[in-house]
Amino acid sequence: MTSGTPVPDDTAAATAATVVLGEQDVARALTRIAHEILERNKGGDDLVVLGIPTRGVPLAHRLAARLAAVEPGLVAEDLVGSLDVTMYRDDLAQHPTRTIGATSVPARGIDGKVVVLVDDVLYSGRTIRAALDALNDLGRPRAVQLAALVDRGHRELPIRADFVGKNLPTSTAERVRVLLAETDGRTEVVIEGGPR
Amino acid sequence: MRHLLSTTDLDRAAAIRVLDTAAQMAATQGRQIKKLPTLRGRTVVNLFFEDSTRTRISFETAAKRLSADVINFSAKGSSVSKGESLKDTALTLQAMGADAIVIRHQASGAPHTLAHAGWTEAAVVNAGDGMHQHPTQALLDAFTIRRHLTGTATNPDGVGHDLAGLHVAVVGDVLHSRVARSNVDLLHTLGAEVTLVAPPTLLPVGVGPWPAAVSYRLDDVLAQGPDAVMMLRVQRERMSTAGGGFFPSPLEYTRLYGLDARRLATLPDHSIVLHPGPMNRGLEISADAADSPRAVIVEQVANGVAVRMAVLYLLLSGDGDTPGAAPATGAVPALTSTSTPATAATTTTAGATA
Amino acid sequence: MTAQYLLKDVRPLGGEPTDVLVAGGLVAAIGPDAGDASENAPDDLEVIDATGMVLLPGLVDLHTHLREPGREDAETIASGTRAGAAGGFTAVHAMANTTPTQDTAGVVEQVWRLGAQAGWTDVHPVGAVSVGLAGEHLAELGAMADSAARVRVFSDDGKCVHDPVLMRRALEYVKAFDGVIAQHAQEPRLTQGAQMHEGVVSAEIGLAGWPAVAEEAIIARDVLLAEHVGSRLHVCHLSTAGSVEIIRWAKSRGIAVTAEVTPHHLVLTDEEARGYDPVFKVNPPLRTQADVDAVREGLADGTIDIVATDHAPHTREDKDCEWAAAAFGMTGLETALSVVQQTMVDTGRMTWADVARVLSTNPARIGRVEGHGRPIAVGEPANLVLVDPDQRRVVEPARQATASTNSPLRGRELPGAVVATFLRGRATVLDGVPQDDPADPRYAAGRVTP
Repeated sequence: MTSGTPVPDDTAAATAATVVLGEQDVARALTRIAHEILERNKGGDDLVVLGIPTRGVPLAHRLAARLAAVEPGLVAEDLVGSLDVTMYRDDLAQHPTRTIGATSVPARGIDGKVVVLVDDVLYSGRTIRAALDALNDLGRPRAVQLAALVDRGHRELPIRADFVGKNLPTSTAERVRVLLAETDGRTEVVIEGGPR
Repeated sequence: MRHLLSTTDLDRAAAIRVLDTAAQMAATQGRQIKKLPTLRGRTVVNLFFEDSTRTRISFETAAKRLSADVINFSAKGSSVSKGESLKDTALTLQAMGADAIVIRHQASGAPHTLAHAGWTEAAVVNAGDGMHQHPTQALLDAFTIRRHLTGTATNPDGVGHDLAGLHVAVVGDVLHSRVARSNVDLLHTLGAEVTLVAPPTLLPVGVGPWPAAVSYRLDDVLAQGPDAVMMLRVQRERMSTAGGGFFPSPLEYTRLYGLDARRLATLPDHSIVLHPGPMNRGLEISADAADSPRAVIVEQVANGVAVRMAVLYLLLSGDGDTPGAAPATGAVPALTSTSTPATAATTTTAGATA
Repeated sequence: MTAQYLLKDVRPLGGEPTDVLVAGGLVAAIGPDAGDASENAPDDLEVIDATGMVLLPGLVDLHTHLREPGREDAETIASGTRAGAAGGFTAVHAMANTTPTQDTAGVVEQVWRLGAQAGWTDVHPVGAVSVGLAGEHLAELGAMADSAARVRVFSDDGKCVHDPVLMRRALEYVKAFDGVIAQHAQEPRLTQGAQMHEGVVSAEIGLAGWPAVAEEAIIARDVLLAEHVGSRLHVCHLSTAGSVEIIRWAKSRGIAVTAEVTPHHLVLTDEEARGYDPVFKVNPPLRTQADVDAVREGLADGTIDIVATDHAPHTREDKDCEWAAAAFGMTGLETALSVVQQTMVDTGRMTWADVARVLSTNPARIGRVEGHGRPIAVGEPANLVLVDPDQRRVVEPARQATASTNSPLRGRELPGAVVATFLRGRATVLDGVPQDDPADPRYAAGRVTP
């Protein structure tokens, strides 16, 4: 599989999913993001990597593993956790009841740390807004940064990712799906639907 | 889930979903900041026609931890005691914009009537009705049992598990107990085996079809090594002739059905002791048993808040169109990743926010 | 001059079609040339095409709560008897639990007079057995019997005459005027706070149980008392299989006992309580399917003598509430005949002649009511009901003649419809519609307003 164009292939059936990132693309993007994080923060001493359920969590684990591989002295398990934002969302009444995910913070806590939030797709920014509120109730980090595997645009809030795997210009009619081996059996990013 | 009136409303998946949600709620309650913004702007009314400070405080705490506005409406000293009907009270609460009504009532079925008579749009939570049901009590009991008997180092709350293979003895005044009815239904749904232990006078005539074994002898049941023993509160007035004279004397009841140090010692090491409270120390449970390390009675109270937070969340957070028994998805045990059905795959669609 | 009615091709007691002439307050002629017997000009003879319809003697209810005096907000004698006429009744027995209680000659005469004034059905007041239904002192049974109301049926219905000495005295005392004690069989200690039948459903839904034995124990005691003192005993609203067995045994011993079953106990079970809708709250409570089967069998084989409605109207506020706070009772006058048709006739258990027996002949005999429950024969009083068994209708309580809406059959489709009711030759119901007197201002709106 190759990194596809974000523009849907006109010859494909309208309902067919277009693969825009393959397994290797995702791996490369995470490796690059790991380097960028270490570079930006001049090492990994104070890092805490928190994934936002559902798919932010395995992504955070992958990222933590790469950080540990690149930076001597870092232990992946000590860096990584999950941050459920369900109870902080502003759209609970607009959707069927959401299942609450787990929140777990590494033993070192987040006070005074640099927290890197990890999510699969950055879209309206509302999830990240909720995540910042959730983080606020957990402690007081020195800084919060955001890593997203895909940034598909259409922001509704003044939120910007610090680290992006892939910018994907999309129409709002399209669906971007991130599939991960840990949760879905295979790893790829696909775009579905949208205009022919 | 539109209302929670009875544990028979919950199938296995729905029950596990409540318990799993409660586990996540419980996790937030160990933090310094316990308050969550989840139900900001929603109004929860505690409508109590029967005194129960413990249950009311538990619901009140749960609602407040989720940032809901809480109105406590006690029948004592209110218009209800002056003859206002349940209907007019319901219409009043509807007019005030109640999103959920938590009702405790001495009449069996009153929550059912409140939910289905067309008097209010609010979600109705049964906080105990007569001799019928007390579903949140059964859920907190199940949560406590699951935590102690299925929890592991990596999954301390037993998230995702049911209670299959566990044996629970429910001891005491089954006849008048909504706690017993709720527990029999829920424990059965979750796969546990239940034995009811009571003097024959305190068992309902129609107990036959209940999914539970029945015994008149506590010592025989304890000899089977139950994993959990749930002692029911026995009201002293049950022995008076006016109340029907269900047993000859408190002393005889304690001798035959009380959990004391001797009986406690016959239990397997892992067994736990539950009591819905308030306890009659010296009647159905001795101080030795109540204060023993096996007793999880204080923990039941704490879990009650988490379970009621979960129930309020599940009833009030959705758009109201959710079928009750949605599969429990994304219940990720701490620091471990589990598979999630593909239906929950992260998708971003037009109009959705992500 | 009274109108005359010619019922064409009607089936008396469900038999062969013929013509029946109603004239001069009597059954004037029967046969294919019955119309010729009319002395009226053709204009004054109303001909009713009764093809396929069944003619029965006017129904007699031994157990009706008309609520007046005292609870005119639930029902009045006028509205209740109008409902009776709509249901095919020509005589009803007004139960004694009014306010004031029907325990003196004055009150029973008032009820009797109001019934006569309303004119929908004959009203026979039931006298209380004990003063104020308190179960302590005998009421003045003789005075009520000798009053203008000529009371023959005595009952503390709503309460059981539970004191065995009082029951014995009452049974003995009414022999003087050929009266009968109609017992509401309910052992009070076994039914304290009872809400519904004690069994599987009550255990599950947590309502206090009303055990079958609380009814059966009283019936067993009373049939033995009746045997001992040689008196007539009538058992109200028998509801359990065990009660049927006891009555069967008592009759086999020659004890002078009669028994009634209500329409609701023929068709509904305790499963209805699961929704906590108080419209299904009644005393004695709805029982199990096995009990329903037993009372149907008992009615068919004659163990149970009659069907009586126990028509118990209640205001909306007494039913629009939680179960425990609701009043006991359900309406029944306008659905009784249909329920009997559905459960007994359409199932082949009974003929229309049997229906006439259990809803007219037997209750008239037990209550010593003259002029009702008579054969359909020339010269008999024209107390008649014309039934169309082929019609079907959905029960709509708001459209019924009774002033209350607590029908447990709401929304159910029932077979059969009363087309016409005749009280001594006068049509109280025609084309299924109560014939309100236009001169009476109470009927101006087409509906009784107390």
